[in-house]
Amino acid sequence: MLAFIIRRLVQSVVVMLVVSLIAFVMFRFIGDPVDQMVGLETTVQERELLRQQLGLNDPLPLQFWHFVSKAAQGDLGISYQFKRPVADLIGSRLPATLELSFVSALFALLMGIPMGVYTALNRESLLSKLFLTISLIGISLPTFLIGILLIFVFSVYLQWLPSFGRGKVVDIGWWSTGFLTVSGLKALILPSITLGLFQMTLIMRLVRSEMMEVLRTDFIKFARARGLTNRAVNFGHALKNTMIPVITITGLQMGAIIAFAIITETVFQWPGMGLLFLQAVQNVDIPIMAAYLLLIALLFVIINLIVDLLYVMVDPRIRIEGAEA
Amino acid sequence: MSFRRSLLGATLLASMFATPSLAENTFNFAFQGTLKSLDPYSLNETFSLGTLGNVYEGLTARDENLQIIPGLAESWEVISPTQWRFHLRKGVKFHNGNDFTAADVVFSADRVRSEGSDLKTRIPADAKFVAVDDHTVDVMLSSPNPILHYEWDSWVIIDKEWAEANDSVRVTSASDQSATTISLQSNGTGPFKITSHNGGVNTTFESNTDWWNAANKQYNIDKVEFATVSSDPTRVAALLSGDMDLVYPVPVQDINRVDSNATTTTLIGPELRTIFLGMDQMRDELLYSNVKGKNPFKDVRVRKAFYQAIDIEAIKSKVMRNLSEPAALLISPFMFANADQFSRPAYDPDASKALLAEAGYPDGFEVGMDCPNDRYVNDEAICQAVASMLARVGVKVNLNAQPKAQYFGKVLASNGFDTSFYLLGWTPGSFDSWNILANIVGCRDEAGNGGMFNLGGYCNKEVDALAAQVLEENDPVKRLDLITQAYRITDDEVSHIPLHQQGLAWGVSEDVDVAQRADNVLMFYHVNKKQ
Repeated sequence: MLAFIIRRLVQSVVVMLVVSLIAFVMFRFIGDPVDQMVGLETTVQERELLRQQLGLNDPLPLQFWHFVSKAAQGDLGISYQFKRPVADLIGSRLPATLELSFVSALFALLMGIPMGVYTALNRESLLSKLFLTISLIGISLPTFLIGILLIFVFSVYLQWLPSFGRGKVVDIGWWSTGFLTVSGLKALILPSITLGLFQMTLIMRLVRSEMMEVLRTDFIKFARARGLTNRAVNFGHALKNTMIPVITITGLQMGAIIAFAIITETVFQWPGMGLLFLQAVQNVDIPIMAAYLLLIALLFVIINLIVDLLYVMVDPRIRIEGAEA
Repeated sequence: MSFRRSLLGATLLASMFATPSLAENTFNFAFQGTLKSLDPYSLNETFSLGTLGNVYEGLTARDENLQIIPGLAESWEVISPTQWRFHLRKGVKFHNGNDFTAADVVFSADRVRSEGSDLKTRIPADAKFVAVDDHTVDVMLSSPNPILHYEWDSWVIIDKEWAEANDSVRVTSASDQSATTISLQSNGTGPFKITSHNGGVNTTFESNTDWWNAANKQYNIDKVEFATVSSDPTRVAALLSGDMDLVYPVPVQDINRVDSNATTTTLIGPELRTIFLGMDQMRDELLYSNVKGKNPFKDVRVRKAFYQAIDIEAIKSKVMRNLSEPAALLISPFMFANADQFSRPAYDPDASKALLAEAGYPDGFEVGMDCPNDRYVNDEAICQAVASMLARVGVKVNLNAQPKAQYFGKVLASNGFDTSFYLLGWTPGSFDSWNILANIVGCRDEAGNGGMFNLGGYCNKEVDALAAQVLEENDPVKRLDLITQAYRITDDEVSHIPLHQQGLAWGVSEDVDVAQRADNVLMFYHVNKKQ
């Protein structure tokens, strides 16, 4: 078991190194950071001096080495745009992204599971067809379009909800939360729906097909033969058995929600990490980009590691294989 | 546990009581870009400097028509061509209560020219600032300079005492590895103070009731909330939904939408920036062309043919939806009194073809064009229109439109001016022609020394000589004549192809009265909320 974990950890480090290397090679093609940092009238000599000071003239392997050795010590560098440590900036934007992702996931689960159960049980009803149509929209429309549509309906026409931002936030230590104010909660609604719609659709379709599968199995027939109520059969036995794949998918999708929050955050000007990353790309702010990509890679690596460990616990065959290695 | 709960309760209570009193007049506005560092010398960029101009003040100011008016200097006089005297306003205090004196001016003059400042061009490097007494400053120049104070509205005065006490003497430069106090906080003399700043997200300003000119104030807002909203549809939606009192810029395609809404309207006007096309006239062979062994753009007939092939009215009506002013010069007529003596050659594809044939290209040629796609209003669409117009006279344009970071990374000096044909926009920061003559049409070498933004490397020694005279001529009439002569040459030789001045478009709520400055700067003291 221990050998397995160590082997996976070593693999994770390799993955992170490869991600940062690819990122570094890409940075060469996104423009000159110095042009974004100074005004138009800055002379060639001053620009050259800046480039020298920032280490942009160093050969690529050396730049990469500097970055990796500093990152290993927890120093992610200073943002070119804001002149603040990247770790601080990401830390200050992290709560916004995590709260948004959490509410989106919650929305996806709380809407997706009941809708999935309903459409599995009442396949022919009108409401089921409506749910399936909505899910088709959720899968086929791009996120930014859904966001803009929601803004135009709920903030421009109906004027119920704010069109952008987080509303009023309350600081609890270093964590800024939007959960404690009315405007903060209202501001969460549209972005969470936009971000969670795809996941909701996924969960709903998954629950529906799993449920239909389970309902055909023998133990459900026996349960019915024993005279259990519909409610007990459907929710007590059938739903419980459909939840295993749903939990796996939800866990894996959590990483995707955080990573794909970029688009939703841009549309709603949500001050999270995704928006920070996008602004960094526009301004060629290499330290922020590198740190963000590394963080997302780390997130996926951790999630996959946990999933792998869970498999080991569930499936003894992997454990034996791991012990031999 | 109970401690934690009471802490949470206290935070909640505090947040409830922190809500502002109802008497306050809050003005909310959104812009597409961000306010990064608060150090007013860190970045020479219109939005940052303009916004910080509400907090800090310069010796001079610009009114809503961009005329120079007294700022922190009550008056000034030119004692001799190389000695200027500024009489400072008395009784002015910084936000922290310190007095504004001549020492602050001398300090700021040194600081703005120090290592790391992006505003070094505001003051000649060898000008000496001498404090005659507490409220008089003399500026000694090595050569006459009639436009010495033209950009001093954006060179703002910093409190010497405060800067020294807060480790802010050095300028927070682009390569800095740590933040200085002045990049995160502010201490100016202006009508507004910054009470919170969240770089890249939002900034809050509050009215400074002790402002020296508070007795004559023209505004009635107490608080300003600024937020960056970079996505165009979201910014427009924020205005339409009433979340914002003012947003800018409004994309041209949304102007009708904003106007047709009952509670909003757009303020439009010509901007100072001129959009133009440039051609590589320096290399012996173009980097991106099928013509080998020679450079067609070295031939004035080819440049003239390109100029005549462009139907600027079509670009105005189709691409810019009438929100542009066709230009005949590289400077806005607003900033050059003799602009009416110049006009564009008529759109004439036949004449253009004839000129190309005369120059030896009867069948035209191929050329690569570089264009930004997120820098100017509809920039990529303008380039596409130009490409299709040139196709009509036989020139095949291979368009390479990219985001501004990549575009500028390719075509500027840092990458060796890697372009054959490009679109660029320029606003002279000083509102004066010398800036254009030096930066855009002045000769340069291959490294970019000289006319740094003369990407095509146009060069005429006569123009350079005129520019040198313009820099030192004190007599306004003679000076205007020299400028006109220089433009006459660049116009005859088609140094560049001017296109237009793009329009400004601000979306404004009906509840707000605001003056729109042609340099796209929003001064909070021009804002009034209707009661």
